[in-house]
Amino acid sequence: MAFAPSEEPVALKILVAGGFGVGKTTLVGAISEIRPLRTEEVLSDRGVGVDDTDGVETKTTTTVAMDFGRITIREGLVVYLFGTPGQERFWFMWDELSYGALGAVVLADTRRLTDCFPSIDYFEQRGTPFIVAVNCFDGADQHEPDDVRIALDLDPDVPVLLCDVRRRASAKVVLVTLVEHALKMLTAAQR
Amino acid sequence: MTGPQWMDEEAGPLVRPYALTGGRARTSGAKLDLITMVTATGSPRDVPGMGPEQRRILELARRGASVADIASDIDLPLGVVRVLIGDLHDLGLVDVRAPGKVAPLPSERILKEVINGLRAL
Repeated sequence: MAFAPSEEPVALKILVAGGFGVGKTTLVGAISEIRPLRTEEVLSDRGVGVDDTDGVETKTTTTVAMDFGRITIREGLVVYLFGTPGQERFWFMWDELSYGALGAVVLADTRRLTDCFPSIDYFEQRGTPFIVAVNCFDGADQHEPDDVRIALDLDPDVPVLLCDVRRRASAKVVLVTLVEHALKMLTAAQR
Repeated sequence: MTGPQWMDEEAGPLVRPYALTGGRARTSGAKLDLITMVTATGSPRDVPGMGPEQRRILELARRGASVADIASDIDLPLGVVRVLIGDLHDLGLVDVRAPGKVAPLPSERILKEVINGLRAL
């Protein structure tokens, strides 16, 4: 190795998942500088049937706009936040997004709790450290984290917390909880 | 080589994104993750046929930049930017470093630094 590890720039990737409209972009924007990203993806089989491609047989790519956030911890240590596309037809992007990810925040809305089932299944299967953050929307009934844990059938060691993604302080707590959880899993794996 | 004729700046928005890559959607070499760091090697840049987009990427990579940052800065689709960076890599003009190349997971020390850094935001 040419450089000592401390000299190499380190970039970490955190995913923000959850159903459509649950507040993923709001969370990223509350804590970081939001940057737009365009992707032009080849349509997968899953996309076909959702996009009406009849009569446009040559169209094989679709443009997906997504945002990401960047938090500079210090020079040479940057955390990137990527929201996973909420619509199921963009599932094909998940493998790429989660490659090398430190962990994931699954945002939940108690009025539509089933929306985050696919995300939880995905991260459980991949062994990606994740936490569940319940976004407390105005007008939604408040639930205790343990009720949410039972409803989502989560392992006891998966952190569940309430949050307000519009507030920077709350978004900070969410991210710190995730990184602490990832650290715990890392040290447990090393034993 | 028809490249330079239709890669001038005025043509920019009119060109279909993958025209910039000669229609290629995949790179030959390195796998480029969203947070792969791209750093210019400082080799001479006068390569015939290089377009303004590649020059811009070299400029952005001078101090090191991630693939996602580069794609966002030059406002081109990620797939296109990947091919352009791949070409620069093949020419030896940039180094690319994938996340987790040194270790599969960041070290305990780095994670603790991140936790403290986030708290201090």
